[in-house]
Amino acid sequence: MNDSKPINQKAWWLILPVILCVAFSAVLPLMTVVNYSVPAKGWTSSAVLVVVALSLLIPWNVVGTIWQIYGRADIGLFGAALAKLGIEYSYTGSARDAWLTVLLMDVWHWTPLVALLCYAGLRAIPDAYYQAARIDGASKWAVFRFIQLPKLRGVLMIAVLLRFMDSFMIYTEPFVLTGGGPGNATTFLSQYLTQKAVGQFDLGPAAAFSLIYFLIILLLCFILYNWMQRVGTSQPTEVAS
Amino acid sequence: MARIELDLAHSYQARPKADADYALLPLRMTFEDGGAYALLGPSGCGKTTLLNIVSGLLVPSQGGLTFDGRDVTRESPQQRNIAQVFQFPVIYDTMTVAQNLAFPLRNRGVAPERIKQRVGQIAEMLELSAQLDQRAAGLAADAKQKISLGRGLVRDDVSAVLFDEPLTVIDPHLKWQLRRKLKQIHHELKLTLIYVTHDQVEALTFADQVVVMTRGRAVQVGPAEALFERPAHTFVGHFIGSPGMNFLPAQAGQDLLLVVGRAMGWPDQKLPEGPLTLGVRPEYLSHAPHGDPHALCAKVVQVQDLGTHWLVTARIDDHTLKARWDPEVIVPEVGDPVWLRVVGPHTCFYKDEVLVG
Repeated sequence: MNDSKPINQKAWWLILPVILCVAFSAVLPLMTVVNYSVPAKGWTSSAVLVVVALSLLIPWNVVGTIWQIYGRADIGLFGAALAKLGIEYSYTGSARDAWLTVLLMDVWHWTPLVALLCYAGLRAIPDAYYQAARIDGASKWAVFRFIQLPKLRGVLMIAVLLRFMDSFMIYTEPFVLTGGGPGNATTFLSQYLTQKAVGQFDLGPAAAFSLIYFLIILLLCFILYNWMQRVGTSQPTEVAS
Repeated sequence: MARIELDLAHSYQARPKADADYALLPLRMTFEDGGAYALLGPSGCGKTTLLNIVSGLLVPSQGGLTFDGRDVTRESPQQRNIAQVFQFPVIYDTMTVAQNLAFPLRNRGVAPERIKQRVGQIAEMLELSAQLDQRAAGLAADAKQKISLGRGLVRDDVSAVLFDEPLTVIDPHLKWQLRRKLKQIHHELKLTLIYVTHDQVEALTFADQVVVMTRGRAVQVGPAEALFERPAHTFVGHFIGSPGMNFLPAQAGQDLLLVVGRAMGWPDQKLPEGPLTLGVRPEYLSHAPHGDPHALCAKVVQVQDLGTHWLVTARIDDHTLKARWDPEVIVPEVGDPVWLRVVGPHTCFYKDEVLVG
């Protein structure tokens, strides 16, 4: 049987860059925030970390449910607030709003993981580096640019790779929130694959699909990994004074 | 360049009561301008605390310090204008060697031509000229440590250069080279250098004056020879030398000196009455003829050939004595009795761990 069902090809290829952007953009401001706001030791540091990590402890389908209610214009804080401000917003009606909600939900759910990784990375920098920088008269920006950022390269790489793979496999939260809709606007690759394999029992195309899915992840991880390795070892660019 | 005077104490606790609560017991000391000093002692003796107080990374809990008479107790490291080399090489990974060396000057807004000139000079002195355009991250540990040092030396007005066990991660054959380099730099630049180490060979070869520390107390300040010949404290005798000084219990009375309960000939020096500790270096514990009034009879338990000398271990009652003898000397067999001269011109006497004669 020739599989010629129209699927929203454009939406598919939108998924990747958008999610990658979110994964990247969250990292740098986050590092700065973690750097200056989380205490280094004592009970306050543990307390802050536990509060930060709370969203990681919530089951994924519950995350979907929380945002489903949160975004409702009648009883949800987010949806009602927007409605009061006169902004038209409906994640069930508009493809753009559905996308926005999925992105916000994903960032809210997973940013703490990146924050914890950054925190661990920052704590692992020996004090001698900060002391040497003080003695050399380095500014706060210089400490960030020449000590913290280079030392966190490995941690940040892991964070980006993890976030990329998690985002690419996203299933439960949008499934609960929008069910893939409106139309098929938020039907992610994983959802589409499931529909094909266990909904329609098109096992041949589904198997081929999953292989290609796997190859895409592998290829992107390979490119990303090599690129980030090169960032660390290439000849340095002129240092701004 | 500066003359550094200390009169301080430090405790990491808010309300120190006993001596044990102090990381650094009350201390009064002067580091002369242009001197090479070493702070020597075992781990946890307070030497790094003292160094961090001098550098300004730590504010002493009592007292203060002056640089050339100026009170700097509450000043930051930048204000004091000191340089410090840490145990592990601290370099800026993303910069080249030249950029690393230029960093402290750039931060202080020095003109680019002047920076270039200084970096060139320092790289020449540290033999880094060939690597100036390489990434600092790719270099070996000794080159990285030279960069750390260079970042301190590149400022020509630096008050003092402090070293916190800088050769720990360096290969043994390079340690020797780097140490010679430090000596040479001291000679050329006439800087005040303070060097923290637990390695007595490093301390004694590097410094003009060695400060020996134990349990938060500086027990002796002096040149290598004084530390070896006349240790002011039993700890110095024990810590300096390989092996350290031999100690025996002694009792001084009127016209009578008892060592391990045996009557001995009176030494040349005057001694206070009462219980004492006798200290004699293995180098001076020589073979004596049978029945010598300044010698004790001990039983040989071990003889080791160390190439350049013999190391003879002997026991008398519960006390162990170690002696270093020349290779020409005919050594006794294990189990033989041997007469060892314990009282002589190089013998020291201690009362409550402090030198008295």
